[in-house]
Amino acid sequence: MKQNAVIDENTGYTTEDGRKIGGVMMDLRNITLRFGGVEAIKNISFDIREGEIRAIIGPNGAGKSSMLNVISGFYKPQEGEVYFRGEKRPPLKPYQVARQGVARTFQNIALFEGMSVLDNIMTGRMGHIKSNMLSQAIWAGKAQREENENREAVERIIDFLEIQAIRKTPVGRLPYGLKKRVELARALAAEPDLLLLDEPMAGMNVEEKEDMSRFILDVNDEFGTTTALIEHDMGVVMDLSDRVVVMDYGRKIGDGTPQEVRNNQEVIDAYLGVAHD
Amino acid sequence: MTERNQPDQLVSVPRLLARNASLYGDKPAYREKEFGIWQSWTWAETAEEVDALALGLLDLGVNVGDHVAIIGRNRPALYWSMVAVQSVGAVPVPLYQDAVVEEMTYVLENCGARFAIAGDQEQVDKIIEAQQTVHGIAHVIYFDTRGMRKYDHSEITSFADIQNEGRAAAPRLSKELNARRDALGYDDTCVMLYTSGTTGRPKGVVLSNRNVIETSKNSSEFDHLSAGEETLAYLPMAWVGDFIFSIGQAYWSAFCVNCPESAETMNADLREIGPTYFFAPPAIFEGHLTQVMIRMEDASRFKRWMFSYFMEHAKTVGPRLLDGKTVSTKDRLIHKLGNYLVYGPLKNRLGMSRVRVGYTAGEAIGPELFDFYRSLGINLKQLYGQTEATVFITQQPDGEVRSDTVGVPSPGVELKIAENGEVFYRSPGTFVEYYGNPESTASTKDPEGWVATGDAGFIEEKSGHLRIIDRIKDVSKMADGSLFAPKYVENKLKFYPNILEAVVFGAGRDRCCAFINIDLTAVGNWAERNNIAYSSYQELSQHPQVLDTVLTHVNAVNESIANDEMLAACQIHRFLVLHKELDADDGEMTRTRKVRRAVIAEKFNDLIDALYDGSNTIYTETEVTYEDGRKGKIKATLDIRDATVVAKTKVAA
Repeated sequence: MKQNAVIDENTGYTTEDGRKIGGVMMDLRNITLRFGGVEAIKNISFDIREGEIRAIIGPNGAGKSSMLNVISGFYKPQEGEVYFRGEKRPPLKPYQVARQGVARTFQNIALFEGMSVLDNIMTGRMGHIKSNMLSQAIWAGKAQREENENREAVERIIDFLEIQAIRKTPVGRLPYGLKKRVELARALAAEPDLLLLDEPMAGMNVEEKEDMSRFILDVNDEFGTTTALIEHDMGVVMDLSDRVVVMDYGRKIGDGTPQEVRNNQEVIDAYLGVAHD
Repeated sequence: MTERNQPDQLVSVPRLLARNASLYGDKPAYREKEFGIWQSWTWAETAEEVDALALGLLDLGVNVGDHVAIIGRNRPALYWSMVAVQSVGAVPVPLYQDAVVEEMTYVLENCGARFAIAGDQEQVDKIIEAQQTVHGIAHVIYFDTRGMRKYDHSEITSFADIQNEGRAAAPRLSKELNARRDALGYDDTCVMLYTSGTTGRPKGVVLSNRNVIETSKNSSEFDHLSAGEETLAYLPMAWVGDFIFSIGQAYWSAFCVNCPESAETMNADLREIGPTYFFAPPAIFEGHLTQVMIRMEDASRFKRWMFSYFMEHAKTVGPRLLDGKTVSTKDRLIHKLGNYLVYGPLKNRLGMSRVRVGYTAGEAIGPELFDFYRSLGINLKQLYGQTEATVFITQQPDGEVRSDTVGVPSPGVELKIAENGEVFYRSPGTFVEYYGNPESTASTKDPEGWVATGDAGFIEEKSGHLRIIDRIKDVSKMADGSLFAPKYVENKLKFYPNILEAVVFGAGRDRCCAFINIDLTAVGNWAERNNIAYSSYQELSQHPQVLDTVLTHVNAVNESIANDEMLAACQIHRFLVLHKELDADDGEMTRTRKVRRAVIAEKFNDLIDALYDGSNTIYTETEVTYEDGRKGKIKATLDIRDATVVAKTKVAA
């Protein structure tokens, strides 16, 4: 069922703008996900490669977010396997997946509204804290050193995403576009190998979208982070991503470079609508 | 003569740096907030950084006399760049960081820059784009490495790499560097700064070491600046003021320059640093005041009462205390209490708890605004200057601060007022020349060194303070020969929040009349609170109560003008409130919101006639341009009001 046979499994490829894309990082094979009698995902296979920006697009209810939830370990597919870095991934809890180096943002912002931006981003460092609760409570040597290290990492991300001015602001007081950026910052704080973005640009104006696009590209460029994102804005998807998976009614109807996908008749039908029998 | 007072080795900025490094080696010279922490560099460390960069520049092949463009936001590295460039005998040319490519191209071309030092990727991109037409730039150095990895590095190098190469080349090049640094003389060029170019193309103003160091010395002594001062460097590096405050005075007095984390964090950084010496244009002070007022509206009733009670008290007592005048014991006590409850916390909020000397300049500051800060106990003063004078022409000494004057001549500055009222000055800070433009130099600076400011003003006999009236080209005479300065009157009117714009007529006539534009936000807000219904701008502008309010403002302005012997004739006899806002789309204003008198006079000539022929109402039709470019007509009947004019005889008394 693999459609992207043009690309070799291990050697990777070079993008239009000259970036080197590596071998397969995550391989999803014949995934089927059911909620009772509803099949949200029907036998879908695709892969995500090292260093790639991979987009998942499709009309409402196509199963995009479900797919992302499968990758992040939140949903367990009834059929099919997930291979991560060449090894088959057993059913894991989301926090275990996170420890493997997968971080995500949410479609409906999921931040701690009453906490400051800084504290919110610090929660992204959870996986990097090794000292136990007691030594943290009494602020003993190791906990202190660790917090300083983590704070340093967080400050670099704050600098990177240009949110210094809101460092101490409670998240609840921020406008929508900035909250999205804070979510991205928290995901980045985990230093992920694979970054999952669920509609990072939903509800943004053109300027905010441009900013966000630049940050996604910069993250990929600077840290080499592999990114999988769901997005509705076709212009953004076509500009940002290296390869695109198109879903409709839980099925995969297209997979390839933005150019290939744009010319795919089935994709055009799904977006512009045809009479379904 | 002044040279005698000068230890003869302090003839250049690099020399000042060497002195500071030996005298104040472990005192902080620069701070910058990065990654949430204030990083600091002592004078000794600064000297090391500057040396490393200067050696790197030598290695790169920078020659004596080369122009090196410096572009970016205020960061220690870029200040070091200026001094490093001077150390190798080249001339730093700071550019405005928000300049668009065309403006940058012009300046780079005009000064013939051979090298450029840029703050970040954004500036590098602009330089690369400019290089399509400017071919003189041999090498670009950038500081912030973010996003720069993919660039072709054959003619671009990072700041850190240049410094490292410089350190490596030290044994080879130190001798050359020392030789070049020692060769710097008092009359060599210190810096070249471009005028903002509001009138025509920007011109490169060449300032010598003498200009910069003498001015810095004089002005530092005037305000007793010492090595303990803290300043925040946030105004454009290409502006002469920043050069004098953050380099000239900072190096002369050896005080610390703090650079904010980013433009948006300015207010938070200001609070954290608590500068003792602070400069801001009126717009910044106005922004702060507005924020305070908005927050006070949301405060609890008790707090609001406390705020208004103590602010009212401070209005009379605060400035008197600052000026060292006598204040009754009771007032002193209330002021102390107020300081504890209101003024202190408020000053802390504004980041001005420690301000010992504050300056505002650039444009006229509203008296209310000025008094608000003074009454809090902030020693805010005014100065008057320009690039060609190395900033300082006049400034206000402590204890003689008023909102309507710009102070006494700065130390070493001579003033003279020409026949037509234009202000001329001559000072040790008077610029050398406009770069490559002898005609402009000759027309601005006469052989005796007098420079025309382009401003009209006069010196008050009682106090010896200079008062600026207007741009000389706007000043003219009325029919009876008395002075007509429209902008002076208009500014006074515009200080009222209800009045957005005003245009005063009177050149060649027997009396002055005015058009007024109301401020829709302020007046609309007032209407809302007083349940006054209106359906359009036009209707609101002609509301009798609005006209009454404007009338009281005009009368108040007349009263204050009447106290001015020279300008008493500029009192407004009659006025009307315009039915439309003056707009750049209709050609009535420039894009920078300056009124175009001639256009307005022609377009609304029926209204002007009505003002002068004594009629009480006038019907008019005006063509307007909508935002999408369509044109339409609005019709209105406008009321004309008579204002109270204070008789001239009263003035003499």
